[in-house]
Amino acid sequence: MKLVRSGLSWVYVLLIFGFILMPVVSLVVFSFQATNLPVPPFTGPSLRWYEALFADSRMIEALRNSIVVGVVSGFFSTALGFLAAYGLARYRPRGARAIRAIVMTPLGVSYLVIGFGLSVTANELALGRSLVLVTLGHIIINLPLAFAIVLSQMRDEDENLEKAARDLGAGEWTVITRVAIPVLLPGIMAAFLLSFTLSWDEFIIAFFLADFDVTLPIEIWSQLRTGLDAKTNAAGTLVFAISLVALTLAYVLNRAVSQRSRRL
Amino acid sequence: MEHQRRWQGWVLVGPALLVTLALFAAPMVMVVLTSLYRRSGGLTDRTLSFDNYIRLATDSTIHQALWNSIEVVALTVIFSTLIAYPFAYIVAHKIPQKWQALVLLLTVVPFWTSYVVRSYSWLLVLAKNGVINQALVSWGIIAEPFTMANTRFATVLAFVHFFVMVSTLTIYASLRQIPRNLGLAARDLGASPLSVFLRITLPLSIPGVVVGAFLTFVLAIGDYITPQIVGGGNELVLPQLLMLQVSRMGAFPLAAAMALVLLIIVGAVYAVSAKNLTLERKR
Amino acid sequence: MNGAELNVVDVVKQYPDHRALDGVSLTVEAGSYTVILGPSGSGKTTLLAILGGFAEPSSGHIEVDGQDVTTLTPSQRPTTTVFQDYALFPHMTVGQNVGFGLEMKKVGKKARVERVREVLEMVGLGHTANRHIAELSGGQRQRIALARALIVEPRVLLLDEPLGALDLKLRRQMQDELTRIHRSVGTTFVHVTHDQEEAMSLADNIVVLRDGRIEDMGSPERLYLDPATAFSAKFMGDSNVVSGTVRSDGTTADTPWGVVALPGSSSAGTPVTLSIRPEHLVEGSSGAGNLGEWEVMEAHFLGQKHRLIVRRGEHELLVSLPQSSNVRQGDSIVLGVDAHMAKLVKGDPS
Repeated sequence: MKLVRSGLSWVYVLLIFGFILMPVVSLVVFSFQATNLPVPPFTGPSLRWYEALFADSRMIEALRNSIVVGVVSGFFSTALGFLAAYGLARYRPRGARAIRAIVMTPLGVSYLVIGFGLSVTANELALGRSLVLVTLGHIIINLPLAFAIVLSQMRDEDENLEKAARDLGAGEWTVITRVAIPVLLPGIMAAFLLSFTLSWDEFIIAFFLADFDVTLPIEIWSQLRTGLDAKTNAAGTLVFAISLVALTLAYVLNRAVSQRSRRL
Repeated sequence: MEHQRRWQGWVLVGPALLVTLALFAAPMVMVVLTSLYRRSGGLTDRTLSFDNYIRLATDSTIHQALWNSIEVVALTVIFSTLIAYPFAYIVAHKIPQKWQALVLLLTVVPFWTSYVVRSYSWLLVLAKNGVINQALVSWGIIAEPFTMANTRFATVLAFVHFFVMVSTLTIYASLRQIPRNLGLAARDLGASPLSVFLRITLPLSIPGVVVGAFLTFVLAIGDYITPQIVGGGNELVLPQLLMLQVSRMGAFPLAAAMALVLLIIVGAVYAVSAKNLTLERKR
Repeated sequence: MNGAELNVVDVVKQYPDHRALDGVSLTVEAGSYTVILGPSGSGKTTLLAILGGFAEPSSGHIEVDGQDVTTLTPSQRPTTTVFQDYALFPHMTVGQNVGFGLEMKKVGKKARVERVREVLEMVGLGHTANRHIAELSGGQRQRIALARALIVEPRVLLLDEPLGALDLKLRRQMQDELTRIHRSVGTTFVHVTHDQEEAMSLADNIVVLRDGRIEDMGSPERLYLDPATAFSAKFMGDSNVVSGTVRSDGTTADTPWGVVALPGSSSAGTPVTLSIRPEHLVEGSSGAGNLGEWEVMEAHFLGQKHRLIVRRGEHELLVSLPQSSNVRQGDSIVLGVDAHMAKLVKGDPS
């Protein structure tokens, strides 16, 4: 009986895995399709769609824009989130609860509404759409997450490290840069990489706020509306590969940093 | 001394608060304001009125879209949970400890591909000449390919594919939180494995289910991409209707009113489930 | 409810990288309060898990009243375990927790509620049936865990370091509670701990485990006053342990500390190890041993007695002198041994 149940479990797991991974596998496989359509039968392998992708200047530009927006918005959300988390945890200003609530509120609002709201506001202020607006939009959606992640990493024991530094004469700025940030580095990096990843593939806010300079998801979307071919598979696979690299980087950095701080 | 520290705290927290004010609070206020404007002759008429809300209350197309949204999302939540729970349970209890993280990572893999491309992949898979239809016909299960794409079924399927990941993670986290001793103590007192599951494991894993369901609800109800790509233009959901107002008709005021409806729905669901929305262990 | 006799026969537990239990055999008398005492890593928790059915021995077997239970699951055995962290069900009330075992036995609601009330009264928490676990203190949770285990009338109750999470005062209180409950219930109690004081205050019988083997076994008096090994002597309280050789008269031994009288007689030249408790060292030389002069390095007055550390050369002794003594730090004193309180032990002094 136990064996049957065990067998059933494995069947279920494999089924679900199949369901989950099938579109991804199909995506990657058909990016190497030799003919036009990314549907069976598989006529590859061929690199023609990757060549087409890299020859497509709009795509490459969109890719570059996505990375820039991701890095910049990631940096600002993480920096603001860190400062707010640090200020809240260490200085305990009055109204801490309210502050926390305010910073976290955007999480409860759909990206659609946030994007729409920002575009309406930009309209009223006669601000033209641009990548700058997209960056701002990504900052606001990632700020709550960065804040929450860093806050969750702030432990009471670490506060003693800071108190010791202060006791030895360090000024506030030194305490933050030479003590707090190094100790919190794993959390800060996690926050940055998460912000980057969420910004990088974000569509709807970018859609509302971008003009002619677009991000990758928008470019893919536009191209898909006009015609379907395996080039978008190549683009999707590329996005996947870059995300994997970012993930691996995050993992490796995280291990290196926490090992270093553990040796303290 | 304390006083100075409190004040310095505000300096550190200030930037985040200001950014939230400028990039979130202000736009939300604009949305509310805009919902009270009117559109006449291609221009925005800034006199305050409830016209848009009256339209919302009476227009059956809008009601239909709202109803579609709720149906699609409800089905998504139900099926995601039903599929994710056994999966999370098996990973948490049947798979050896050291492989669990890897299995979960693999489960989350689709998250790292492009959302837009992934939705299009579903379109291709579900198309009349897509993988599924071709397979079913060649195995003789059906005579002719049938329509799966551009239907509500397609939207739910694509949603479930994504949200199974979310619920699996939350349910897994919740299951792992349950101290192993509880099951042992229950067995010691005479409980059968089924009793242990029904009386101990299931009740204590409900928070994971609720958090997963909530996240799924909030993310799905505001989603535009998946319904637009795979659901087609037949049974519009609210986000699609909203985008229609914006892009094709430039009717910002009406769109703003719809946006507020979306906000209110999410807020209401949050208010109802707030108490259960924590994965912390009950002590 | 009467307790069962428990027999552990040659139990071995082998893990890939170490042997947790190395051929443990013992008999737990029916109705007794037996404490399994040992430092961490001694195998005591593993032994309890095997007794309770949560782990299987690599070889050997367990008998309860003559019946072999080695392959029985926890629910099939007449044992119940109280876990170290209590393992109370957080989503159920006190009453539901305590009544759980009866529920699993399909006892009707009315009878169950009545029994729950009875058992809660017995542990001193009579009117808490409807409270939630989260509202209770550590000591209260301890008693609920106890009640939950006792309500199913086990023949043997297994307790895994039940008092570890409590502060000192509460621990002493609970020790008295456990003794009281054991007496009124009559079931066999097997209690695992690393706390030697706790063992002595609760046990009828103590089993000292070390590295998976039984080091010593007996009543608290016997273990304390006549320890079998050097380890046991030092674990069950403080002791000064030294090696020596039997002198030609056969009744005394030469040690680096001086001449010490043996408890019995031995052949001359035999190497021996002796254990002398601090309270059995006396001021002034005595017939039972002359240890000469020592310098007092530290002297602390502890109320009931004085605790001294004395030194001569490279040797140090721990000494307990009566309240009336007025030895101070820096003094020099002559020490002897009280009557025949130096005991022969196995093992080496380190």
